[in-house]
Amino acid sequence: MSSELKIVNGRVYDPKNNIDGKVQDVYVRDGKIVESVSSSATKIDAHGMVVMPGAVDIHCHIAGPKVNLARKLQPEDHRLDVHPKTAVTRSGTGGVVPSTFATGYRYATMGYTTAMEAAVPPITARHVLEELDDTPVIDKGFYVLLGNNAFLYKLLKEGRKKEFQEAVAWWIDSVHGYALKLVNPGSDELWKGRKNANITDVNEKIDHYDITPMHVIESFIEAADELGLPHPPHIHCNNLGHSGNISTTLDTMKAAEGRRVHMAHIQFHSFGGEINKNAVSGVKPIIDFINANENITTDVGQVMFGKATAMTADAPLAWMLRNVKFNKWVNADTECESGCGIIPFSYQESVYTHALQWAMGLELFLMSKDPWRVLLSTDHPNGGSFMSYPKLIKLLMDSAYRKEAIEHVNQKAINKTVLRELTREYTLSEIAIITRAGPARALGLENKGHLGRGADADITIYTEEEDKEQMFNAPRYVIKDGVLVIKDHEFATDHKGKILHCKPGYNADIADEIEPFFEDYYSVKFSNYAVSEDYLHHHEVIPTHPKDS
Amino acid sequence: MVEATQTKSKESKNIKIVKDATCTFCGCVCDDMELTVDLDEHRITKAKKACVLGRAWFYEHTIDDRPVVLIDGKEATLEEGIETAAQVLVDAKFPITYGLSDSTCEAQRVAVEIMDIINGSIDTTTSVCHGPSGMAFQGVGESTATLGEIKNRADLVIYWGGNPAESHPRHFTKYAVTPKGMYIPNGKKDRTVVLVDVRRTPSTPLADIFVLIKPGKDFEVLWALRALVKGKKISENIEKDTGVSREVLDDLVSRMKNAQYGVLFFGMGLTMTRGRHFNSGAILSLASDLNEFTHFVAKPVRGHGNVTGADNVVSWQTGYPFGVNFNRGFPRFNPGEFTTTDVFSRGEADAAMIIASDPASNFPKKAIEHMKKIPIISLDAKDTCTSKIAKVRFAVATYGINTGGTVYRMDDVPISLRPAFDSPFPSDQEVLEGIRNRVKELLKGDKARLAA
Repeated sequence: MSSELKIVNGRVYDPKNNIDGKVQDVYVRDGKIVESVSSSATKIDAHGMVVMPGAVDIHCHIAGPKVNLARKLQPEDHRLDVHPKTAVTRSGTGGVVPSTFATGYRYATMGYTTAMEAAVPPITARHVLEELDDTPVIDKGFYVLLGNNAFLYKLLKEGRKKEFQEAVAWWIDSVHGYALKLVNPGSDELWKGRKNANITDVNEKIDHYDITPMHVIESFIEAADELGLPHPPHIHCNNLGHSGNISTTLDTMKAAEGRRVHMAHIQFHSFGGEINKNAVSGVKPIIDFINANENITTDVGQVMFGKATAMTADAPLAWMLRNVKFNKWVNADTECESGCGIIPFSYQESVYTHALQWAMGLELFLMSKDPWRVLLSTDHPNGGSFMSYPKLIKLLMDSAYRKEAIEHVNQKAINKTVLRELTREYTLSEIAIITRAGPARALGLENKGHLGRGADADITIYTEEEDKEQMFNAPRYVIKDGVLVIKDHEFATDHKGKILHCKPGYNADIADEIEPFFEDYYSVKFSNYAVSEDYLHHHEVIPTHPKDS
Repeated sequence: MVEATQTKSKESKNIKIVKDATCTFCGCVCDDMELTVDLDEHRITKAKKACVLGRAWFYEHTIDDRPVVLIDGKEATLEEGIETAAQVLVDAKFPITYGLSDSTCEAQRVAVEIMDIINGSIDTTTSVCHGPSGMAFQGVGESTATLGEIKNRADLVIYWGGNPAESHPRHFTKYAVTPKGMYIPNGKKDRTVVLVDVRRTPSTPLADIFVLIKPGKDFEVLWALRALVKGKKISENIEKDTGVSREVLDDLVSRMKNAQYGVLFFGMGLTMTRGRHFNSGAILSLASDLNEFTHFVAKPVRGHGNVTGADNVVSWQTGYPFGVNFNRGFPRFNPGEFTTTDVFSRGEADAAMIIASDPASNFPKKAIEHMKKIPIISLDAKDTCTSKIAKVRFAVATYGINTGGTVYRMDDVPISLRPAFDSPFPSDQEVLEGIRNRVKELLKGDKARLAA
């Protein structure tokens, strides 16, 4: 028996299909959007409501070893924000790093139906997949940290481009990843091998390898292009958080030379001013470059005031933050693959740098000319919790509210930005783009982020309200895979989402090259490294489009 | 007789070789075993690369001739066992689940779910081993690394309050001391090994430097080291107080600050002696402090095969690593209140599910007395003191030998198991899933209980 649903009388925002607030009906059968349903379909009357595709988070940290360390690290945060069970859902704890069940449910209660974990050392992929299996409702995938990989560096040093690309594909396939992730390329070797040093320049030689971060960046952009991955390399640039880092960020974007690239949490990479001096906003040259180059997508990484947790594969960055307050700090080195740093953090209105970052994020949104390419994120939980998205939406949609908020933060910082002059207000359609259609397009998820025929029936229905924070905080209905998960603001049922992953093709002989390296330098056997499909449960392979086919 | 049996095994035609199998005896979770399995005899006859503990683990886990289920000492079917267990749990007002460190993550996940459904408590053997390290972690964080990183880079390896030669025999040879690594081309020759303990042990001969401290003085020595690292003054009576001279401390500080990549491993000699989480906090802080001079990491040397997995599972499902209670419909954490020894010693729990551990043999007397008064559900691969006092006793398959699944090594690296031969007994996971499903059915309609 097929399950059918029709949503009638709602105002539909579906930017991909050029529907901008038109009152029309949406039909669902067996988890997909269809053109019509039978008369016995369950009816939802969405009169006075806004209908949008389910939202897609292109960059967040929600599962895996670093997230779990950050959870364990902050009992004080869970205690203040418990997540009771209901007759149909599991219990958990919240705070800025919620437990897995709370994460899935809370995303759903914000109208999010897909979220991408943005940084996974491949040796820990099993852990990530186990946690994602315990993260209900939403679909999810993860990006594989390969930008500091010792074996891949060895191939680059030897100039073996073909083998490099084969090995990259092998890695994604072996751990069921979705995209390539680069974090502060080159820094791991200096951090672990040269007494906590860091890379300062994209053209600096990386110890032992005779290659530069720029060389690494170019090689990954080329590899993703050749392999035809649905999402381009997802890059966390060198020099995050350092004043004057815009030159590094611009160099990184230029390296793409017209090929697709995604710049992660660009706000953190948009500092002007001189190195080691007080930072100022460097947003203008960054956003101008993005506006002019259609090959680039980015998520903002907005800072929101209040509790956050710095949680990153960029270990030297976390060390820098540790030395500000000397509070509790986690560092975790992963053999041959990654570093990791975690710091509980709080963004305060009165602090110059924090207010500057908040304003820079808003500048990026408000100076963006193409909402399809400048996407909403807080780099959860680095800039703030995903739970603060509704407030961020209100800041973008309501200029009077924004103006008032500006008055309550450090004015010296505001004066280093042009935020006061920006009077733009986002429309509902633009919000639908930066939270739905845009991320889905940047990810190459053709069945997400829209309500056209054949799309996944992931739908959110909001009661239209003047206060946009209130509106986006609690959708009236959330439909996932055609199932009415949230009904009248309450969970009607539990639901399991899918794992989204890629299977790029490669020559299997590359495994013979990788194996001896494992036996020498890893602590697990090569044969025990690749992750069995048993860990995927309900999953979907997103097709690649390799260049040579 | 033993020899004859072994000869017979060798002649059996039904021999299987399992390569790269994983030993789950201790927290090292070595995944390079080559097992020779006699499928007729249902036993492992050879375990290449296994240490003395691993060999015992593999050889002794044969298929015992015993009933799958006993209820009140009488043989019963699996279904009857699940029914009685579910009834016991649903009827209880303050049920607790304990153990889990010798079980797969897949089973651990179901165990937490059952406690969530019935508003019980979940606790693991962490609460009696490295629980203090978990609490110290919450307070000060940790600079740490996977064991492969130690192999590749560590030129200064310090063991504190442990005896790996006997407890984790391959810790030295596979991970931290003798192996050659990427930047340690000559293995042990390129490393300095320091052992700190209250007595000489079979591990001592391996050390380049052995530091003998007075029992119960770990915290004082660690705190003095922290002060010296930061260039601060320490008490002139340090040698009298701790048994360690100023010269030895200065030498150690100089080695730590000048190492290229240092590591502090610590054991239960630190966590379960006077000071407990203060000791763990002191050693974690010392490692963090040293990062102002060089790269330094610390790592608790965890005992049971998947105790690290239990910490991870309980943390991702509840936010806390052990000692979690669901009485109010959401997780609360309070070691001392919700940890099993304390709950039993105060005579509080009215039912307990014990999975893959034997508290009736090693808990305080008062706790064991309480265990004897309440219905116990036991899941274990072998008969134990706990299974003998259980109301419902399930005989289960041995993880890693008869079942697949996931375990986490002491450094949080997850590994999939390769079972060697089938068991007639169900896995922990199967039994727990049966109990969960039945508990859900029994509670159907009891919305008040299901919801918070």
